[in-house]
Amino acid sequence: MIRLVDLHKSFGKQKVLGGIDLRIEEGKTTVIIGRSGGGKSVLLKHIIGLLRPDSGQVLINGTDIAKLGESKLNEIRKKFGMLFQEAALFDSMTVGENVAFPLREHTRMKEKEIRETVADRLHSVGLTGVEEKMPSELSGGMRKRVGLARASAMHPQIVLFDEPTTGLDPVMTEAINRLIIDTQKKFNLTCVVISHDIQSIFEIGDWIAMLYEGKIIEYGTPEELRASRNPVMVQFLSGSIEGPIQII
Amino acid sequence: MNRFSGALDRLGRTVLAGVEEMGKIFLLFISVLAWMVRPPLKLRNIFKQMEFVGVKSIFVVLLTGTFTGMVLALQGYHGFRMFSAESLVGSTVALSMTRELGPVLTSLMVTARAGSAMAAELGTMRVTEQIDALYVMAVNPVKHLIVPRVIAGVLMVPVLTVVSDFVGILGGYFVGVHLLGINSGVFIKNITRLVTLEDIYNGLIKAACFGLILSLIGCYKGFNTSGGAEGVGRATTEAVVLASITILVSDYFLTAIMF
Repeated sequence: MIRLVDLHKSFGKQKVLGGIDLRIEEGKTTVIIGRSGGGKSVLLKHIIGLLRPDSGQVLINGTDIAKLGESKLNEIRKKFGMLFQEAALFDSMTVGENVAFPLREHTRMKEKEIRETVADRLHSVGLTGVEEKMPSELSGGMRKRVGLARASAMHPQIVLFDEPTTGLDPVMTEAINRLIIDTQKKFNLTCVVISHDIQSIFEIGDWIAMLYEGKIIEYGTPEELRASRNPVMVQFLSGSIEGPIQII
Repeated sequence: MNRFSGALDRLGRTVLAGVEEMGKIFLLFISVLAWMVRPPLKLRNIFKQMEFVGVKSIFVVLLTGTFTGMVLALQGYHGFRMFSAESLVGSTVALSMTRELGPVLTSLMVTARAGSAMAAELGTMRVTEQIDALYVMAVNPVKHLIVPRVIAGVLMVPVLTVVSDFVGILGGYFVGVHLLGINSGVFIKNITRLVTLEDIYNGLIKAACFGLILSLIGCYKGFNTSGGAEGVGRATTEAVVLASITILVSDYFLTAIMF
């Protein structure tokens, strides 16, 4: 289980997180929503220790990773998978090498086993025979699917998604959403998804948290949030320009 | 008075930023040393970088080495002829190449070719979150990306310097003996008489230091890139300028210590 306790983070004079308290349920998908540039990615990076908080705790199964040294943090990171916004595939490697990368680094699997696992992971995201391609030859949607195959290569317990459907066409958006739901159910994963795609939020989220001005201002099931009367929430869901959310 | 204090303020900030950067590069160096001795060392990665830094730089090093040797012979000949000491052209070319121009020109060429590429590649990896992806997959990017590049720099720049020294002397021989008519035996005899093994070794030690400087600075600038495509461009330029200056400045001090 992941718990964030009174998390604060500033960059210079700019305060990004101002006391986040959030509990992320095990085996469920929690979606964090909020305006662009509102600190959602920063929050996600704290969960996996890419950023350290100025104060507060990031508890992963009871361990505060904000205070861990690199080797212990790496042990915890092996339980994680992460799909980056632009997939972050290594562009000097082929698709196959990308998916095989965590296996080669952290397991003693034989080449044959690695090849089979890579093919299996790629198949599970709906791709076959792309092992020899370079990431630059793939479309955005395919890159994200390869990213998900790489993120799930080590059978993680927790998978983080940084805007998985941003920049995709509606059909591909739906395909990625389905993939997230199926993968989550199949392996009973704990998923944390950052998104501002309203349709996707309600489709994939078991729980939704709204981040606004550095704090979680709403938390609940999709139904609860739909029924919310919080003016920020109402404005965000309706996409209206009138309301408390200022357009900068 | 205000203008004076403003200028002083700016100077102070620049010096502070410079010192801070030097400290950070030194810390990266310590980190590289620490990761270098921790197994497993990925030989495949190291060989790949050695190929990139070494094998793929050979052509440009051959070209610069040969022409430098040739022009040294030409210039030396006109100078020495004034007091009938043309026979010293060979040893002058050989000493200049082995002690100074071989290591310096080779490392400057490798900086332009490989140091800049290191900064650009790591910079792109930084801005496209590939370095974050390494952290997330519990792989240390210093060990995975920087250690192989630094090892390749330290090993391959001296090897390229040997090539440069050799073709430089050969170029000097061609110009001196075939174009300017210096006696071939005298040309070679003076080289073997005046150039010691120590000259060559010290040149190679310098080359290894320059290899360290260019790869470390290239990696540092790339690794700390921010600000998208423009940031990658800036990191690449800064890497080449800073590495070239550092090579030339440290060359003076290394020479003062060694010779």
